[in-house]
Amino acid sequence: MGQLLGNLLSNYEETAAIILFGIGFCTLLFHRNLVKKILGMNIMDTGVFLYLASMGYIRGRRAPIITDGIQDASAYINPLPAGLVLTGIVVSVSVTAVMLSLTIRLYKRYHTLDIDVVYELARKSEPKR
Amino acid sequence: MAFIWNFPLFTIVLSLFSGALCMVLRPKAARYYTIIYQCFLIILVSFVLWFTVTSDSQFTYSMGEFPAPWGNEIRGGVLESLVALAMLLVLLASCVAGWHFLKIDIDESKINLYFSVINLITAALMSLVWTNDIFTGYVFLEILTLSACGITIVREVGRTTLAAVKYMILNLMGSGLFLLGVVLLYDFTGQLLMVPMKSAVAAVLTDSESMPALTLSVAIMTIGLGIKSGLFPFHFWMPDSYGWSTPASAAILSSLVSKAYIFLLIKIYYRAVGIDVITQTPILKMLFVLGICGIIFGSVSATSPDTLPRMIGFSSAAQIGYIYMGIGIGTHLGFVAALFQLLTHMVTKALVFLAAPYLEEASDNNIKFIFLQGAARRDRTAGLYFTFGALSMVGIPCLGGFAMKLMYGQAAISDPSSAKMFIIMITLAASSFLNTLYFIRTVIRLYSDPEEKASSERQKLYKAQAENAKRAEGRRGFVIAGAFLMALNLFLGLFPWIFEALINQGLAMFS
Repeated sequence: MGQLLGNLLSNYEETAAIILFGIGFCTLLFHRNLVKKILGMNIMDTGVFLYLASMGYIRGRRAPIITDGIQDASAYINPLPAGLVLTGIVVSVSVTAVMLSLTIRLYKRYHTLDIDVVYELARKSEPKR
Repeated sequence: MAFIWNFPLFTIVLSLFSGALCMVLRPKAARYYTIIYQCFLIILVSFVLWFTVTSDSQFTYSMGEFPAPWGNEIRGGVLESLVALAMLLVLLASCVAGWHFLKIDIDESKINLYFSVINLITAALMSLVWTNDIFTGYVFLEILTLSACGITIVREVGRTTLAAVKYMILNLMGSGLFLLGVVLLYDFTGQLLMVPMKSAVAAVLTDSESMPALTLSVAIMTIGLGIKSGLFPFHFWMPDSYGWSTPASAAILSSLVSKAYIFLLIKIYYRAVGIDVITQTPILKMLFVLGICGIIFGSVSATSPDTLPRMIGFSSAAQIGYIYMGIGIGTHLGFVAALFQLLTHMVTKALVFLAAPYLEEASDNNIKFIFLQGAARRDRTAGLYFTFGALSMVGIPCLGGFAMKLMYGQAAISDPSSAKMFIIMITLAASSFLNTLYFIRTVIRLYSDPEEKASSERQKLYKAQAENAKRAEGRRGFVIAGAFLMALNLFLGLFPWIFEALINQGLAMFS
């Protein structure tokens, strides 16, 4: 138990990332408010990006741009995780935009952001297919 | 490098370009362009299949010529080509057959946008099939999710938006878990390309303490893709999403989108982690149990709805369960059966989803069974197609569904000492009974005498509408595409050994 706690504390960035992912995932799954669900999705993605960023950063190494003629790769950090984070952010922004537009459309129709109330209203006004 | 090696990349890049082009084309032009373009893609992929089968070889296309781990790769093998070809054929059939309802369901000014999204879906499907890089897999997974949401929501009727939101929430959870799994695997191995990742996994596993962590990351990825493809208990979005979409969209969503996720999962198991490693983990056992639960619960749920689209939606959940049960068996024959079911269900479900709306239209657009009585008599072609699909799913000999069930039986008895054999046999029997119960009951209802349930005025109205539907624009496309899907199903049922041989050849290249 002590070792587990020690491992979690020494890898605090990864621990924080996984906690953030858990918070986001639960918000997306359990929260009734659609805007908060979208926030949850963003927190979940941010958790993964934090994990990737912490993987890419190695203390004492430089940014991956050749400086002072040093060719040795071990002098620099791995540039790939940063690229993955950027790609992930673009994907996340696109998904957020689509989800927000769907939420606006639902709000215009049902005048509420509560997904349970929307289900109830839909059940009353439109038959199941 | 043979010129054919470029073809998989063409299918992705040209589809992205076509998506942009359709935005500026007129609606009809966008439709004709998409159909001609998909025929072109089918020819390209057929060449790749022919090349890989005859030369018994696979090829890796490095983008920008960068080596691993910096570069991005596409891989062409027998299995990828076969699945890509099947997907393009079903996509083409759905676009051709669904035109009549597209014109009714979608605002004229948005039809070109619909085909724009169809091209994006083509790009995403092709990427997921061809990619050799799991992060690229994630990116196109999200593009596929967004595009699938687009073709659902384009029909601005009833609960479409709510169905799309439900679909998106579940899919985003799945994507989040898949991304976390990818990142954890990358953390372990330092690789994103599948083959180097597999070597790195083998190296990492020399330390036995690494196994639980590796299992966790692959399990997270599996759950993510399971949620996205509608694995039990995450299948409840299916009836709404399929039921409220325009028929072409429902066919594409149920036949293609969910299959692309499953194919990516199989590819990751074989090529990125290694099937020997996967069989040592409890993941396949989990999939076996969830697959069986999916079959039983999906089939039981399909017996209770009073509407046709809902019944077909729940039946899809059961059919997805079959694929996961095959994966869960964990043997080579299990994977062969799962991949054969992937192909069979693609063809059959598209046929059923495209025929059902014509039966509803011949019943004054009623979806309830009580009003559908006699619908197959009013629209004989749609009735024939629906019945054919239903019989295939029940497992009538000579049809694709029968060959699939036979393969599952063979996979089960290949290891007679295993308790799995009894469970699979009982599940097959129970599922076939339940399939018969809800599909044959529906078929009998569709062909039974309508006079018993409806007034003569209503019958006259129904008949007039059915006659109008037969003369409507796009009807010929439905007849041709439906006959084509029916022929494909029959081909799968009569010559399953051809596909079995291709799948075996493809899996041998995967290992």
